[in-house]
Amino acid sequence: MSYPPAPDELAQLGQAILADLPGAVTSAEVRFGELTLHAVAHRIVEVLTLLRDNPNYRFVQLIDLCGADYPERALRFDVVYHLLSYTKNRRIRVKVQTDEDTPVPSIVGVHPAANWYEREAFDMYGIFFEGHPDLRRILTDYGFSGHPLRKDFPMTGYVEVRWDEALKRVVYEPVKLNQEFRAFDFLSPWEGSRQALAGQGYPYTLPGDEKAKT
Amino acid sequence: MPDASDQGLATLAPPTSDDRKFTINFGPQHPAAHGVLRLVLELDGEVVERVDPHIGLLHRGTEKLMEARTYLQSVPYFDRLDYVAPMNQEHAYCLAIEKLVGADVPPRAQLIRVLFSEIGRILSHLLNVTTQAMDVGALTPPLWGFEEREKLMIFNERASGARLHSNYFRPGGVHQDLTPALIDDIEAWCHSFPKVLDDIDGLITPNRIFKQRNVDIGVASKEEAFARGFTGVMLRGSGVAWDLRKAQPYECYADLEFDVPVGKNGDCYDRYLVRMEEMRQSVRIMLQCLERLRRTDGPVLTDDGKVAPPRRAQMKASMEALIHHFKLYTEGFHVPAGEVYACIEAPKGEFGVYLVSDGTNKPWRCKIRAPGFPHLQAMDWLNRGHMLADVSAILGSLDIVFGEIDR
Repeated sequence: MSYPPAPDELAQLGQAILADLPGAVTSAEVRFGELTLHAVAHRIVEVLTLLRDNPNYRFVQLIDLCGADYPERALRFDVVYHLLSYTKNRRIRVKVQTDEDTPVPSIVGVHPAANWYEREAFDMYGIFFEGHPDLRRILTDYGFSGHPLRKDFPMTGYVEVRWDEALKRVVYEPVKLNQEFRAFDFLSPWEGSRQALAGQGYPYTLPGDEKAKT
Repeated sequence: MPDASDQGLATLAPPTSDDRKFTINFGPQHPAAHGVLRLVLELDGEVVERVDPHIGLLHRGTEKLMEARTYLQSVPYFDRLDYVAPMNQEHAYCLAIEKLVGADVPPRAQLIRVLFSEIGRILSHLLNVTTQAMDVGALTPPLWGFEEREKLMIFNERASGARLHSNYFRPGGVHQDLTPALIDDIEAWCHSFPKVLDDIDGLITPNRIFKQRNVDIGVASKEEAFARGFTGVMLRGSGVAWDLRKAQPYECYADLEFDVPVGKNGDCYDRYLVRMEEMRQSVRIMLQCLERLRRTDGPVLTDDGKVAPPRRAQMKASMEALIHHFKLYTEGFHVPAGEVYACIEAPKGEFGVYLVSDGTNKPWRCKIRAPGFPHLQAMDWLNRGHMLADVSAILGSLDIVFGEIDR
């Protein structure tokens, strides 16, 4: 089929999937020429199985699975599935939401490729996947604690390693920065700053505003 | 003991006692591990029963670092992912940003991008094909291949200033134009390279040892290739005619003529053959780009001052250009809120960037979809029932680079 797809064609595809999975898929939207479906977390296995096996869709390949963190939300994590259909030449994105404690059903049974991706999402965000055969950390160090891609995890981390010549082994120490990491806020207060995003959950005060309160 | 080299694990007789199980560490300092890979192999005699790859020894937290930097500051991180073909990675990232901000890429810039993407493909395939031969015992091919890679890296240097970490692609185009002399030199190389490729071909392809080590090793069927998340050569080797440059064309690939080689058996040898043919097709694409570059003049970077910096000459004369330059290199450009997935046909498979923007000058989330990640994941499944010596042959044919897997 032709590529890139027309936006209304994608919208039709979204509506068809919505009709096929009532209750499991809650909404479909097309932005930037891409179709995004929002699904209910505990029915994700059903959604992906139908998308894989239904001859109208044939999304046989899981291209990517990843987490994303939005701390201001009650369900702070997104799990994002990217699917590809070779016969239909279409891509879709399926998103579900969860929090730190609620596990998402593992889709390893549907797409074996999800195994490491789910381990990575667990490692990076601490998202639990129910029914995963081997939910270990994958990218971080042996014995690492914390979930580094969470927004409340500092970019510089907590521990650093070095080779200790006296002990003849690698030692772990708390991070010591000679100078604090300089995260300059270059955003202009007049346009595009967090101010412009007020109402979307971003706390922001203009420099000097704090003086008005005292 | 039954001959298990070409049968699945299920046909193996259960081990009679525990003491026959043998666990060895392969890597992380093994020359055939293609980087810092640690494989924990469970063996029954010489038959591999389970492979547990331990990855992450090269994990640098690229995705976390990007969240603290402006969009432009993150471009160099992409060179360091698949450091064998750096510009291809930058390409996917730039496409993702362009999709969000809606920037146009001038035709000349598109041609330069395609040209260097194909150079990247040859760089990567040359390394892989020749080191795969080295993994199974041949020493000459890498020496021949690396000589050509050296010439290509000099082209990279002449275009971008750096041999490896080029930082050349920009959202909206490329950083600098090519000189006519460079275009001539690349063309001369395109005419001399097929000869070298024929030599390597003659050395490896009919080689008895190479065939014995690779034919019918690590076979992946079409269905399994889909299920395991294979893309690129791993998929085409299994007989799926799928190439993003044809199926979902980006840049000017739709206007260029090239063929997509497809394997038949899905084994290590077919994947090798596909890579060899892809290099020939890449040369074909490069020649077309060079010919078009000669008759396509114009800018190589979009003139949208909100995304791309002004040219140096403009800054000397125009106050507006100077302001744009200052704003772009302090604050950076703002990207409309939204999320996109952009992907390219990288030498190793589908390299994708999932970019979530919150409307500011820094990405909220950037997930890098590395093609090697699902390929390495399949090591366990591909190796079961194979002999220990096949592990390095299979690993070689997967085309693994740890920069992109560990990120």
